[in-house]
Order: sequence, then C-alpha cells, then structure tokens
Amino acid sequence: MSLPATQAAPRLIPRLLQAPAVVTLFLWMIVPLVMTLYFSTIRYNLMQPEQSGFIGLENYHYFITDPSFGTAVLNTLLLIGSVIAISVVGGVALALLVNEPFAGRGIVRMLLISPFFVMPTVNALMWKHMMMNPIYGVFAQIAQWFGATPIDFMADWPMTAVVIMVSWQWLPFACLIFITALQSLDREQMEAARMDGASWLDQLRHLVLPHLARPVAVVVMIEMIFLLSVFAEIFTTTGGGPGDASTNVAFLIFKQALLNFDAGVASAGALFAVVLANVVAIFLVRLIGKSLDK
Amino acid sequence: MSTRPVPFNWLQALRTVVAWGLSLLYVFPLIFLFITAFKTELQAIEVPTLWWFAPTLEAFHEVQERSDYLQFAKNSVITSVGSTLLGLLLAAPAAYAMAFFPTQRTKDVLMWMLSTKFMPAVGALVPVYVMAQKTHLLDSTLGLTIVFALSNLPIMVWMLYSHFKEIPHEILEAARMDGAGLWGEFRHVLVPLGMGGLASTGLLCLVLSWNEAFWSLNLSGANAGTLAALIASYSSPEGLFWAKLSAASLLAIAPIVVFGWFSQKQLVQGLTFGAVK
Repeated sequence: MSLPATQAAPRLIPRLLQAPAVVTLFLWMIVPLVMTLYFSTIRYNLMQPEQSGFIGLENYHYFITDPSFGTAVLNTLLLIGSVIAISVVGGVALALLVNEPFAGRGIVRMLLISPFFVMPTVNALMWKHMMMNPIYGVFAQIAQWFGATPIDFMADWPMTAVVIMVSWQWLPFACLIFITALQSLDREQMEAARMDGASWLDQLRHLVLPHLARPVAVVVMIEMIFLLSVFAEIFTTTGGGPGDASTNVAFLIFKQALLNFDAGVASAGALFAVVLANVVAIFLVRLIGKSLDK
Repeated sequence: MSTRPVPFNWLQALRTVVAWGLSLLYVFPLIFLFITAFKTELQAIEVPTLWWFAPTLEAFHEVQERSDYLQFAKNSVITSVGSTLLGLLLAAPAAYAMAFFPTQRTKDVLMWMLSTKFMPAVGALVPVYVMAQKTHLLDSTLGLTIVFALSNLPIMVWMLYSHFKEIPHEILEAARMDGAGLWGEFRHVLVPLGMGGLASTGLLCLVLSWNEAFWSLNLSGANAGTLAALIASYSSPEGLFWAKLSAASLLAIAPIVVFGWFSQKQLVQGLTFGAVK
C-alpha cells in the first residue's frame, strides 16, 4: 500500500536517514561473520599463536563431534521450551487472577513485574546462594521443616535450577503483556455470553483464550530471541556443570573461546549457533510474522 | 428478569487474598535479599532465618570498601545512558524513514534487522574481542557503549517503527502543505506525537543495557566494568558473604526496578511493537 505522499516525496532523504542505522548494523553483522568464517577454517589457539594455518573443516568436525555438543543443543532447546511454556501458562493464570479489580491491585502488579527488571547476574546468585543453598538456603530450610532431605540443586539438578531462575525472570514479562491484552477484551461480549448461560470455563475457552492468541505469539517470539543466548545465569551459577549438565550452545562456545583458548573451534561453534538461530528464526517468522501483520 | 444476588464479596475477598499471597510469594527472593542486606554476615546465614534483628549498614560499607561500588555504578550509568542516546540517534531517523516513506524493501530490511538479533552474542565474541583490542576499546566505557547500542539497535528500530507508523500520515501531509520542511515536520509533528515511542524505546534500551552482562563480562575488566560484572565477581565467594552479596545486589537493581515500576505501560507498548493493546 503506497500512499500518495510516498510518490511525491524525494527518495534520497529517506535513504540518507536510514543509512546510519542500516550501515552500522550491516557492519556489526557482516564483519564479525566474515572474521568468524575465516577463523573457523584456520588453526587458531590464543595460547599457541605460532601454530596457525588453514585446516579446512577440522574445527567444525571437532566442535560437532565434541561429546558436549549434543548435550548443549539439547539443553538450549530444553531451556527455551520450558521457560516459554512456564511463562505462558503461568503468565495467563496470573493475568486472569489480577484482571478484575481488587484492593491493592496496582501494588500487586508492581510486585509481580519486578523480577523482569532484576539483573540476570543478581537473579542467578540470589537463587543459587540464598534460595537453593543445600545448607542455609530457604528451600533447604523448608525441606528440613517437612523432615525431607534438602536438594542440592547445583550438583544434582543444575538445569532445573537454571530453568527456575530464567522462568522467574520471564514469567512476569509474559504476565504483564497478558494483563494489558486482557484489558482490551470486549466487556459487552463477555456480558452477553454470561447472560446466555456460558460457564466460566466456556467463556475462557471461547472468548478469553482466542483473544490471547496474538499476545502469546508476541511473548513466544520475544522470549525466544532473548533465551537463545542465555549466558549470565549459567556463567555465574553452575559454570555449565557439573560436567556439561547445564551447558547450552552459547556457553559451550564461550568455553571453547575463553577457557580453552581455541578461537578456531569457538568460531566453528559460533557459525553453528548462527545456523541454529536462523532455523529458529525462519520458523518463527513464518509462524508469527504473519499473525503480527494482520 | 430479576438478577440473583451474587456472593460477590466472598469471591472478591478470596481473589484479594490469593493475589496478594501469590505475588508476595513470587517476589519473596527479592524481599529476602532486601532483608539480608541489612544483616551482619553472621546473622545472614543463621538457620532458621532470623526475622527480627537490629538492621545495620555494615554490609554496604564493606561493599564499597572491597570493590569501589561507586566506580562500577558510574560505568553502568555512563554506558546505559550513552548507549540509549546513541541508539536513539541511529534508530529514530531510520524508523521515521521506514514508517513514512515505505518502499517494497522496507519490510525486508526490518526483518533482516530483527534477524541479526537471532545470532547469539557469543557468536560474535571472538571477532568483537579482537576488534576491540585492536582499536584500544577493550575495557573502556566507550567500547561498551557502542556495543550495547549496536546490540539493541534492531529492537529499537522496530519499536520506533511501530510507534511512528501509528501517527496518521494526514498530519504530516498537512504540515508539508503548510510548507514545513523536513526539520519543521520533525520538530512540530514528529517529536510531539512520537514522544511516547521515543520514551518507551529509550526506557527499554536503558533497562537492557543496565542489566547487560555478557559483553560487560567479556569486554571489560577493572576499568569499565559495570554493576552486572561486579555482581558476577561474587560468584566464587570466600568465606561469609551473603550480606555483602545482598547489599551489592540491592544497590545494583534498586534504581532500575523502581524505574521499571513507573514505566510498565510504555514498556508493554514498546516491547510488543504495539501489537498488543
């Protein structure tokens, strides 16, 4: 749909206005990408700079056959999947709860949204030490109170711990969006449905949930973008361990680059991450881009 | 038809209690953090948890002494405010052009911009590290500011684009008819009408940059480290440190959480690209 103004307007100025953003973003994308491509085909260890040279696809082979690789991919998908599921289901439930007016609703909303603004490093350390510490932590105290053995999250359930931390941060975001969406629900339609004798469950199924389809799509898209690169939570709590139990793709690449000093393998891994991210992106754009276009 | 009296009050009371209970439970870790920050280290790890005690500012003093909190705070303010301004400066003109002079390619450009966000930052770590090293921007606030701005740029363009798109074209056309040039159009129409969009985009960028940990951890050290990096340094503690961790954390998150409370509405609008109302 082009508007008359579009044709009348000179083409040059809009292009000039776009140029700074487009050019910087292009450089920000292409320069690292080309360098990564180059690094991925050479032997490049930061500790042994004298041993370099073209080695073809060896780095890729090494990265993909690394026993940690499968775990990392699985953990990445597991983390994204569970956090999105938790935040959508929990977010809808909480949003429905605070949708109707009640005393102090404004404050409750403020409380609920707070975790979204908490720095990931604070979030992670707070949960690791103060909530999940097997001796002093709040969970341990609750377990002992019930006479149960406290769980050592970081040792036995590291991935669950990471999922809890990340969900705690992102559920409020989903909730906030659903609250906003519920505000625009057609009151009269709901009233009519009630008059027709539709039960609460019927109303939920036929009116409320369909209304939330679009906000859910938005939440899934945005959370996926941010969750693909979860790093700080893993870096500051489990360090990817024990073993590879809580290593995701982002952390695995980091480990190769800055802990093993192998920039070549890390670059091969980074390119793999780009491919993975783009597969997810294409899938998302197909699925959600259309619903956003409406 | 007579309306049946509904036991409205009971439902209302129940909702109030459940909502308050759940939300307090949900933010319990933060409440706990807040309380612990005012304890001594010994009180902090007492089991069962001590709920009544004489509050002390000891931990806050120790945090400042141990690692010069104020220096990190200053770096956080400089990098987050700087990257927000830089980001807006780059994103606003682009979003304006895309919203008011759309071409066949505009949608593709927008999609391409968003797609750069799909590449995990770690994918660009080695090259960006090498570039920062070569340009002496490693461990500098300027380097971090640029990197934060660039990594937020796609989202900022998107947010501003969806805001600008909602400004009626007729208003701009009318201004143009009246002889307003590009600058006049910008000053008298776009700034006043687009203020909401600029504000929510700026707010989000500020929050994201303030909390950004990946680049801060990997591209900065003692010099330009931000609060996110300072907190991460508490991950391998020696001895007793709960009170200090809490105090440092509280100081790091308080400004942005309070700030977040007041900008919820703008953030929803911005973050959902106006798709959710």
